[in-house]
Amino acid sequence: MPLTTLAKGEGAQFRLDGELTIFHAASLKDALIAALGEGGPALTIDLSGVDELDTAGVQLLLLVKREAARLGRALIYSGHSAAVISVLELLDLAGTLGDPLLIPNASR
Amino acid sequence: MDMEDARDALVQEARELLAAMEMALMQIEAEGASNEAINAIFRAAHTIKGSAGLFAFERIVSFTHIAESVLDKVRNGSLPLDANLLSLLLECGDYIGELVDAIAARRETEEPDPHRRGRLEVALNALLGVDSPAAAPLTVQSASTGSAQIEVEGEGASVSSDNWHLSLRFSPDVLRNGMDPLSFLRYLGTIGTIVHIVTLPDALPDALVMDPEACYLGFEIDFVSSADRQTIEGVFEFVREDSEIRILPPRGKIAEYITLIHELAEPAGRLGEILVKGGALTATELDTVLAQQAAEPVPAKPLGTLLVEQDKVPQAVVAAALTKQKQGEEKRTQEQKFIKVEVSKLDALIDLVGELVIAGAAANLVAHREKHTRFEEAARGISTLVEQIRDAALTLRMVPIGEVFQRFPRVVRDISRELGKEIQLLVTGADTELDKSMVEKLSDPLMHIVRNAMDHGIESTEARVMAGKPIEGTLRLNAYHESGSIVIEVSDDGRGLDRDRILGKAIERGLVSPDQPLSENEIFRLIFEPGFSTAEQVTNLSGRGVGMDVVKKNIEALRGEVEIVSRLGQGTTVRIRLPLTLAIIDGFQVMVGDSQFVIPLELVIECIDISSHDLRHNILKLRGEPLPFVRLRELFDLPDIEHVRESLVVVQYGQQRAGLVVDKLLGEFQAVIKPLGLLFGGVKGISGSTILGDGRVALILDVPHLVQRTMRASTALLSHQHEKLNR
Repeated sequence: MPLTTLAKGEGAQFRLDGELTIFHAASLKDALIAALGEGGPALTIDLSGVDELDTAGVQLLLLVKREAARLGRALIYSGHSAAVISVLELLDLAGTLGDPLLIPNASR
Repeated sequence: MDMEDARDALVQEARELLAAMEMALMQIEAEGASNEAINAIFRAAHTIKGSAGLFAFERIVSFTHIAESVLDKVRNGSLPLDANLLSLLLECGDYIGELVDAIAARRETEEPDPHRRGRLEVALNALLGVDSPAAAPLTVQSASTGSAQIEVEGEGASVSSDNWHLSLRFSPDVLRNGMDPLSFLRYLGTIGTIVHIVTLPDALPDALVMDPEACYLGFEIDFVSSADRQTIEGVFEFVREDSEIRILPPRGKIAEYITLIHELAEPAGRLGEILVKGGALTATELDTVLAQQAAEPVPAKPLGTLLVEQDKVPQAVVAAALTKQKQGEEKRTQEQKFIKVEVSKLDALIDLVGELVIAGAAANLVAHREKHTRFEEAARGISTLVEQIRDAALTLRMVPIGEVFQRFPRVVRDISRELGKEIQLLVTGADTELDKSMVEKLSDPLMHIVRNAMDHGIESTEARVMAGKPIEGTLRLNAYHESGSIVIEVSDDGRGLDRDRILGKAIERGLVSPDQPLSENEIFRLIFEPGFSTAEQVTNLSGRGVGMDVVKKNIEALRGEVEIVSRLGQGTTVRIRLPLTLAIIDGFQVMVGDSQFVIPLELVIECIDISSHDLRHNILKLRGEPLPFVRLRELFDLPDIEHVRESLVVVQYGQQRAGLVVDKLLGEFQAVIKPLGLLFGGVKGISGSTILGDGRVALILDVPHLVQRTMRASTALLSHQHEKLNR
C-alpha cells in the first residue's frame, strides 16, 4: 500500500510512495478520500517518495485537493519529488495546486 | 540607425514593394493569374503593413490591412481575380503610395485623400462581405465603439500570434488504452517549445462518481515550432479518433478561434482568458471573437461538419507555412546579393577616384621627365590599376534603365483606357545601363514624351481602321549604347508629324519667318519651342503646349539632346541621346599653340595628317566624302604660329561627323571633368575643364556643339555658293 499514515488527528500526515499511476489509481483514490475523512482540519501529504506520476495520478492530486477544499480541510502536498515537480512543471499546475514547492538546487 | 533613417528606409522599402506589386498586377493582367504573382502581391502588402506597424503609422496599417484581407481571399481562391478587382488593387496600390509619400513628407497624421480612401474601402469591404455576412455588422460595431482599428472585419481576419494553438481534450478511455497524455506533451517538447499551457481540471466530476482510470483533463497549449502541421498532427495520431484535438496554425483565422470557443465545453469567457494569457489572442482579438459569437449564436454543429471544416484547414496552413519559409529565403538571398549604400558615400568615393586619376597623371609626368625607366614602369602599372578602379567605381553608379521603364506599362494601360485607344507597349533594351543620377531626372521627360505619343501620335481606333492600320497601336520604348552615349527611343506607329502644319503654326506664332529655308529636321525641332502645340484639342494629358520645351530643357541639362524622326502616316520616334557618365572620361589630348584641349575619346574616329589636303572652304574631301571641319585656332582666336604641321581629328556625334584642326596630337588622357564656373556658363564649344598632370588646366571640347556648328557653317556656305551660281 503506497499510502502510509504518519500521524493522525490534528495535523495528520500521510506519505505517498512509489508509482502514482493508473495502475494504482483506483485503490489510491479510495485510500486518499478515506484519509481526508479521518484527518483533522489540516493535513499534509508527503510526496517525496513518489517516483512516477502520470495523468491519472495528476487527476487524483487535483481531485483530492478539490475535495479537501469542499470539506473545508486545508490540504498541503509537501516534499515534492523530482518526478512530481517535472510533471507539475510540464502541466503548469504548481499554481493550481498552490503548495509551496521546494526546488532542489541543481548545482549541488 | 536613428528614427529618421529608419523612416527613410521604410519609405524606400515601401516604394520598392509597391513597384513590385504593380509589376505583378500588370503581369497578371497580361498573362493571367499565377500563384507566384498573387503571392508576390500579397507579400508586398503584408510587408508594407508590417513595417508600417512597427512605426505605428496607423493610416497605412489599417488601409493595407483591408487590402490584404481581400488579397488573402484571392490567394486561397475564394475570390476570383477579374479585371475590376485588378483595377481596384492597382488603385489601392496608388493610394498606399500616397500614404507613403505622406510619411516621406512628414505628414503621416493627415489623410491625403479621405474621399478616395472611403471609396476604396467601401469597394474592398464589399468584396470581403460577399461570403462573410458577419463582416458588415462587425465593422459597424467597431466604428460605433470608436475603436481605432478596422482590425475586425470578420472571418478573413487573422490573429497576430506566431504560435500554434493546440486545444486537447482526450477521450476518457485514453488511460485505459495504455496511453498517457503526458507522454504526448513531452513529445511535443521535442519538436518545439511549449510556451504556455493551461491544464483544465473542470471536467473532473465529484469525488464519488469520479472514475480514477478515466481521463478528465483538458489542455490548452501555445506552442512554438518550425514543424509543419502534419508533424504536429502526427503526434496525436493514435488518439485522434476519439479525442478532440484541435490545432490552430500561427496567425490563424479569428473565425477558427470562434469555432474553438464554441465547440469546447468550458465557458467562453474562461477559454478566452486562457487564450489571451497564452498569447494566442490579443485582448482586442478576443473582444472581436466574443462579440461575434454573441452576435450570432451558432447552433451546435454536428461533429461530422466539424471534421469537414477541420479538414479544410491544413491546405491554407501549409500554404501559409510555405510562404513564410519562402519569404525568409528570399530575404536572405537578397541580403547576400545587394548592399544598400548611401548615394553620398558613393559620390565621395568617385570624387576621390577623380583626385586619384589626377594625382596618377602627375606621377606619370614626373616619371616621364625623370627618364627613370623603372619609375616609369611602376607608374604605368599604377595608372593601369587606377583606370580599372575608375571604371569599377563608375559602374557602381550604373543602373539598368529598366528602373525608369518599369513604370510605363501601368501608365500606358491607364492612359489608353482613358483615351479609349488600344495601345500595346513593347520594351526593349531595359538592361541598358546609365548613371543613377540620370535615371531620376529622365523619368519626367520620358513620361511627357510617352503621353504625347499616345495622345497625339497614335490615332483613334476608327482613324486607324480608316488608314488600314492594325487596330492596336504600338508604343515602343528602346534603349541602347552608341559611341559613349546612351540612346533612348520612344516610337509610335501613329499618324506622324505633319511638317506643313507645324511650319504653318510656327509661322503663325512668329517663331520663324515664312521665307526661312528649313530642313525637315529643323521643322520637327520647332515643337520643342516654348508654347508650341498643334493639337486642336487640349486634353488633360497633353496639348497645352507645356511639356516638350521642358523636356528639351531637362535633357539638355543632362548634356544630352533630343531628336525627332517622323514619317507622315507611319509614326514618330523621339530619340534622346545622353552621355554615359558625368564624372570621368577617357580623353584625347590635343594642343593648339600653347593651349591644351581634351576631346572625349569615344567621339574620336581617327586622326589625319592634312598637310597634303586641299583645305579651302572648311570642307575637305576624305575618301570621296565631304567632311566639314573647323580650325580650333580660329574658333578660340588663338595666336598664329609659323610652320606647324597641322593634324585633323575626325569626331562623330550621332550620325554626323566633323573635323577639328589642331597643331599637335598628344594622345590619350584620363580626364576628371570639373564643371566650368557660372562665369563661363554662356561659353559655347566647351563643356568643362580638367586638370593635367603638371597642374595646368585643359578645356574639354563640347563635341556635339562643335559638330552642329560645323554642319551649320558648311550648309550655309553651300547655300551661299548655290546662290552665287544662280546669279
